[in-house]
Amino acid sequence: MSRPQCEPGTGTTVLTGAEIVWATLEGEGVREVFGYPGGAILPIYDALRKFPIRHILVRHEQGAAHMADGYARASGRVGVCMATSGPGATNLVTGIATAMLDSVPIVCITGQVSSKVLGSDAFQEVDITGITLPITKHNFLVTRAEDIAPAIRLAFQIATSGRPGPVLIDITKDAQQATASFEFAAATPAAARPHPMLRAESSSIREAVALIQSAKRPVILAGHGITQSGAEQQVIAFAESQQIPVASTLLGLGSFPAAHPLHLGMMGMHGESWVNHAIQEADLLLAFGMRFDDRVTGNLTQYAQNAKKIHVEIDPSEINKNVRVDVALIGDLRGVLETLQPLLPKRTDSGWLRKINASKGTAAVRDIINLPDNGHLYAAHVIHDIWREAQAAGREQDTIIVTDVGQHQMWEAQYFKHEVPRSLVTSGGLGTMGFALPAAIGAKTACPQKDVWVIAGDGGFQMTAAELSTIVQEKLAINIAIINNGFLGMVRQWQETFYEKNYSASPILSPDFVKLAEAHGIEGTHINKRKDVTPTVTKARTSGKPFLMNFQVEKEDGVYPMIAPGAALHEMVHRPERDPLLETAEDE
Amino acid sequence: MLHTFVALVEDKPGVLTRVASLFRRLNINIVSLTVGESERPDTSRMTIVCDAHEHAAHRIRASLYKLETTVHVDEVDRSAAVVRELCLIKIAVGPDTPNGPHSRSQIFELANVFRARVVDLAPESIMLEMTGSSSKIEGLVQVITESGYTILEVSRTGRMAMRRGHHTSRVLSALGSKPSTDGNGADYSSKLDLDEILPNQFENVHEEEI
Repeated sequence: MSRPQCEPGTGTTVLTGAEIVWATLEGEGVREVFGYPGGAILPIYDALRKFPIRHILVRHEQGAAHMADGYARASGRVGVCMATSGPGATNLVTGIATAMLDSVPIVCITGQVSSKVLGSDAFQEVDITGITLPITKHNFLVTRAEDIAPAIRLAFQIATSGRPGPVLIDITKDAQQATASFEFAAATPAAARPHPMLRAESSSIREAVALIQSAKRPVILAGHGITQSGAEQQVIAFAESQQIPVASTLLGLGSFPAAHPLHLGMMGMHGESWVNHAIQEADLLLAFGMRFDDRVTGNLTQYAQNAKKIHVEIDPSEINKNVRVDVALIGDLRGVLETLQPLLPKRTDSGWLRKINASKGTAAVRDIINLPDNGHLYAAHVIHDIWREAQAAGREQDTIIVTDVGQHQMWEAQYFKHEVPRSLVTSGGLGTMGFALPAAIGAKTACPQKDVWVIAGDGGFQMTAAELSTIVQEKLAINIAIINNGFLGMVRQWQETFYEKNYSASPILSPDFVKLAEAHGIEGTHINKRKDVTPTVTKARTSGKPFLMNFQVEKEDGVYPMIAPGAALHEMVHRPERDPLLETAEDE
Repeated sequence: MLHTFVALVEDKPGVLTRVASLFRRLNINIVSLTVGESERPDTSRMTIVCDAHEHAAHRIRASLYKLETTVHVDEVDRSAAVVRELCLIKIAVGPDTPNGPHSRSQIFELANVFRARVVDLAPESIMLEMTGSSSKIEGLVQVITESGYTILEVSRTGRMAMRRGHHTSRVLSALGSKPSTDGNGADYSSKLDLDEILPNQFENVHEEEI
């Protein structure tokens, strides 16, 4: 089989548009692509065999987009997915929006009908660049073979520069079939646009320094931007030198080590009480690569009223969007911290941290994981045991947890202690149910040497369960933990709290997940006793094959602490006091 | 309040949709939007007037910058810029109108006062062309109506704005006056001193304007 020339710098070759797609992807360092073929993208699939790129066949295009997303979140490299025109392209939409809301760099390539029939409602034609306009960082419609390489290279630049995000390239079938001369280096995009709003101004740096020096009760709000910027070490150094406690957003978990003495935990709607109280009592908030989402601020009018705010952010449109800040440092977090750090003398006063730690009170004692086994299995046990398993095996640095969306996601955030960045893959902004399984496939493809765990609810898992087949076909050893409570748990919890227990459409029937796994050739087991959790988790981790665990947990358990929508951060509902004896009695 | 933005954007299919879609997404009504060629090849200049909250300007400007097709955005206020609009007005004027045979000369007089030009004359109608600020155009329309004439058609371009005096932003000077036309756009990095600290521009945080 002759391979077209495609190494960078080897000069110009004449290729078909389809070959140019692969050659350019290869030049960009792409080794895996997630996709699904179809009429309008057949020329590209025909050319695939000539290139050393692995194609992972998905079962639904939404899965392809989530896989590219999980791939990018786990590895930091751009994830690539592919789909045909029409329904193939529209099926990507949820996955693209998920990546957009969490600023994940993915490149989506879709086939399109021939340019001669564009706009004629041809078979499987859909205006995907129009549809994805608000959910992509940028998109392209390419109708000529010679435009393919520059478009793909520019797409990679756009996806990864500044605040990352998804980019879609729609390529007409005639452009795939036509030929053009190709040279990787010649398609290099111009340097990124200068952004007049970027770069922290010296006067704001001075203001920030003054605020930090005069602060008595500062808190760092650690967001996803820390990992996006690669600023983990700078944040640790900064927090340590200034003795500033760190609270994390959901996507910020792992960017600051959970075991670090300065780490408080997760903030927001289901954050621990002492974290939220610390934010409300703070006199200075340092927001690092986070965007004051409504899930972390609660009621905005009562949010951290006594605190000055310093916002370090790469996207100027986030400044003053939800919370008015006193100083904005626009730019890459890592660079800003490297500028700030030398200007601040070391501080040793740890009184504020001690005060926060003292305020924990009974919150930790009430925690379900600290209560004796009462015969009930709680999701918290499962997640806690998965974490202990990773810890006991010395795999803390090499474990990636991929969650779905709902109660189990919040319990994961509370009970799995993330010590390293990129160890939690979760849909934060869009909250996409069905995300976990495909995103885990992407994560495992990117990091085959790591233990990848899916933690999903019984509802969300059924949304994309078809990808079980992909796991088997691609021989991916992914561990799947289904937290099965027979309900759409978070919906049920809200109905319990805000809709007078009217459980409208939240009880959900599931298939026997273990039999479903068996049908795919995946080993599985049911667990409903706490004592069985650890041995099963160990078995799954060491099996070297995909393994599905159906954890039958407490049906009407709730996620606490909780802040009701519209309430302020300090008005949280604490964990209920559980009486182990009473619960056991009920059970018998 | 009304905000006026002057944006330099790439001249490509779909760019107008991207800009319009941005305002739709922010739930902000566009009062007027004009687009035309600029002094730079492959680049259009847009004047966008929108009705939004007083503090919305920074976010709109930053969001416009987020569009990959945007080269430059400037927010202008009336004192610092010349703002003009072109208007065509067709008026029913003939022997049957209020002033009978004198109607035409009365319209000519009004046109003179408002510095409008007569661009079409038909037995039953007159078409005027006028350039000016929006209030001046509204003034002419009002006086014609109050004089008892029937306005048959009005077509307005919407506002165009240009900053007064010698004004070149650092971004535009970095781009050079004649960008390369090889399809790859200008090589920004070679011309923009990356160590130069550019001012942040948003309300209540930094007031400085380039």
